[in-house]
Amino acid sequence: MKTCLVVDDSKVIRKVARHILETLDFNVSEAADGSEALDQCSRAMPDVVLLDWNMPVMSGMEFLCALRTVEGGSKPKVVFCTTENGRGHIQAAIEAGADEYVMKPFDRETLHSKLQIVGCA
Amino acid sequence: MIHSQPAASATRILAGLLEARTGQQIAPSRYWRIQTALAPILKTQGIPDLDALVAVLSDPENEKLLQESLDAMLNNESFFFRDTAMFAGLRAEAFPVLRERRAQRKALRVWCAGSSTGQEAYSVAMLFDSERDKWLDWKIEIVGTDISPSVIARAKTGRYSQFEIQRGLSVDFMLRYFAQVGEDWVVDPRLQAMVHFQEDNLLKPRADLGQFDIILCRNVLMYFAPETRHIAYSKLERSLANDGMLMLGAAETVMGHTDLFSATREMRGLYCKAVAGRTGQSIIPPPLL
Repeated sequence: MKTCLVVDDSKVIRKVARHILETLDFNVSEAADGSEALDQCSRAMPDVVLLDWNMPVMSGMEFLCALRTVEGGSKPKVVFCTTENGRGHIQAAIEAGADEYVMKPFDRETLHSKLQIVGCA
Repeated sequence: MIHSQPAASATRILAGLLEARTGQQIAPSRYWRIQTALAPILKTQGIPDLDALVAVLSDPENEKLLQESLDAMLNNESFFFRDTAMFAGLRAEAFPVLRERRAQRKALRVWCAGSSTGQEAYSVAMLFDSERDKWLDWKIEIVGTDISPSVIARAKTGRYSQFEIQRGLSVDFMLRYFAQVGEDWVVDPRLQAMVHFQEDNLLKPRADLGQFDIILCRNVLMYFAPETRHIAYSKLERSLANDGMLMLGAAETVMGHTDLFSATREMRGLYCKAVAGRTGQSIIPPPLL
């Protein structure tokens, strides 16, 4: 079973994402910010990280940059999942090492197709 | 001509009209969709309910409203690269074979039958363009057809909402082939030049679109009754070059539905014209003489 870490400061979004991911046979863990997510990744790297952009303590971009520099941090596929929907934001995320990008709101089909694209579903 | 019916049968009449005009069936368990789909028309027209709508549609003078109602009832769900593995197979398996077979002519025609709002046709265009060094000097023509005038009009615009653009489309292709215009995303003119959309009814033999090298008819025939499906398969068979390929949806098969096509061994969902003595699983065949 693939593992997915959902990183979002919104409890509602985490709940919705968890529900969808569990129907797609993912083992889901959650973090409320980038710092908490890095702690979890240091213990066990997930297959995929579903990552919000704007969060307190450590943003999604800060997390991504930090993740890609730690040992094993190039392995997880990172899918941004955010309300930042401008072309500039999307390009910046990809240049920073994100593998895919989902603009909120999203549904099961969208998330499923993005996970297929990164080879995790 | 539609006759007034008891209240309970309005949805059945509308479902029957949809099937008669388009071939698309709605299972009784999904009749609730009819009310949902037609609610905006009822509101706009000031018609109180479906029974009243059926009565209005019984007047031949209201053909335009009937067309709009049928249009609203059609299932037009579509997204880019639906079933990604099948599109990957199309590029890896079918394209090289056709490139070899058409090397002299350097022209390929692709038909997306039931193209809805255009995502499938533009997906095919992206496949070709993403390896355009292999298709230099080739004329690639992609024709998308649909019975619904409104979806054809939308497909021609090549404009998609934020929600639509990310359904099946990788961020790489989105950035490469679409420009952000306000909240929407508009397809690159280079792709638009490869694709042509027009209305067509799969059940009507007219509107000869010529012969195609690849036909995609995906998640369309699954909504047809066996008799209408047979008519559609006949049209597809007539429109496909003898050595061409038919691609169905991931959950569809020709087996048990038609003997005009047979499966290829290389790729699930890809079919070629049936040849006497070669039934069932077969390799992509050599050109037929």
